[in-house]
Amino acid sequence: MGKIFRYTLSDLLRSYWTYLYSGFFLLFTAALFAFAAHTTNVIISLMNVMLVLCPLIAAMFGVMYYYSSRDFIELLLAQPLRRRDIFLGQYLGLSVSLSLGWVIGVSLPFIAWGGITPENGLVFALLLFCGVVLTAIFAALAFWIALKNENRIMGFGKAILLWLFFAVIYDGLVLLLLIGFKDYPLEGASIALSMLNPVDLTRILLLLQLDISALMGFTGAVFRQFMGTYLGMLVAIAALSVWVVLPVWRMLRVLFTKDF
Amino acid sequence: MIQINQLYKSFGKLEVLKGIDLEFSGSGRITAILGPNGSGKTTLIKCLLGMVIPQDGTILFDGKEVSHEWGYRNAIDYLPQITRFPDNLTVREVIDLIQQIRGNTTGDRTLIQQFGLEKYLDDKVRNLSGGTRQKLNLTLTFMYDNPVLILDEPSNGLDPVAMQQLRKLVAARKAAGKIVLMTTHIMSLVEEMADEVVFLLEGKIYFKGSVEMLKARYGETSVEAAIAAILQQEQDKPSTQFAHQGIPSTLQIA
Repeated sequence: MGKIFRYTLSDLLRSYWTYLYSGFFLLFTAALFAFAAHTTNVIISLMNVMLVLCPLIAAMFGVMYYYSSRDFIELLLAQPLRRRDIFLGQYLGLSVSLSLGWVIGVSLPFIAWGGITPENGLVFALLLFCGVVLTAIFAALAFWIALKNENRIMGFGKAILLWLFFAVIYDGLVLLLLIGFKDYPLEGASIALSMLNPVDLTRILLLLQLDISALMGFTGAVFRQFMGTYLGMLVAIAALSVWVVLPVWRMLRVLFTKDF
Repeated sequence: MIQINQLYKSFGKLEVLKGIDLEFSGSGRITAILGPNGSGKTTLIKCLLGMVIPQDGTILFDGKEVSHEWGYRNAIDYLPQITRFPDNLTVREVIDLIQQIRGNTTGDRTLIQQFGLEKYLDDKVRNLSGGTRQKLNLTLTFMYDNPVLILDEPSNGLDPVAMQQLRKLVAARKAAGKIVLMTTHIMSLVEEMADEVVFLLEGKIYFKGSVEMLKARYGETSVEAAIAAILQQEQDKPSTQFAHQGIPSTLQIA
């Protein structure tokens, strides 16, 4: 696995797309520092962009990378290697390269503008962590979708739909549900529903630390009310860990019976 | 060394292999696996390499079942039909990657020189022409000297000089007593190099025997004419699935 990981990382760290991705975050963060009055505002703006962009790019890049390396995967499968080592190596290489793009792109302006202070150090670290976790989750989902769909158009379509569902549609559905059942106690249900969406979980995790009630929404408020900031954060991190492990496990299951 | 027993494989409703029994043993013989498009040649090779998982049947390599195993592939050199390498790696890095997986060898040096790859070693693979990429592919395949060599359409994209070098490399493997399996649509290559022909049709072995036997059975003087005779004969049978599929009378071996 280590060999495939190293070569995938080495390939992707030289990719034009990785530079473009990192460059976007670098320019965007620099622009935020130039215009925003407080570092907290920069972090909140970055959070909003990260919640949309990190999953989208990881999902798109994940399917794109699998399909473009399909022939090379066949060559690797003919080598004395375990299937799971090839795919875990590629998945990790992809996740780490995108995560580095995100972390470096955001961190450089923070260092240049002196934005990392003892007060907001933890929030900043949490922001980076959430971007990395969302990348890891959506890259794994993308690999799983691509492995299940030999048809590239279907693969790309399903990956976009998955992103759209978690980033946009899901919140709308939850809102409809909360309105529809407003006469019932919905606290437990809303916590459960937020656990089922990794994008919501990262948003709640960050807002619990930022302690901004106005942005927290119903689910975030319930999280804090019922569990407090720290237990809420722990539960969110545990749920996110499950969200990373689950698609990786599904991917490995598909590999066991997959024909190449 | 390689024993295939009652191998069945289907993709959905499409039955590709229908009970294949084959045996290849190490005596310096080159076996050409031939058949029309969709006859199951590549699927058979992929089953052997563990890329395709058969529904039924067994494949034994050195007496051991290969299902979900991976170590036995150390004894197989494989040349795939098409290979796209990671775009941003250099030729040298791709060779290094395979050596890190399979172990170090000095076999690449002669091949790099032979195929004129020295000047491309530091070039990114995405900048190589199709022919040069195939030469890199050949280098990766022939830099080891394993008991089994599998070539899937080895002539794809090769210029006449490289083709001649390929012939010499395959002949050297044969002389060294290795098992060589190849699929090709170049019948002159079969005529010139193969000792044995396995002809697949609709997922079954239609003919297995020496090149001479094939020609003698169909009363032809060349492999190409003998294969055409088989296909014509099958097309003339109205009851077969083959005839219903409307396979054209022109030779389609690929």
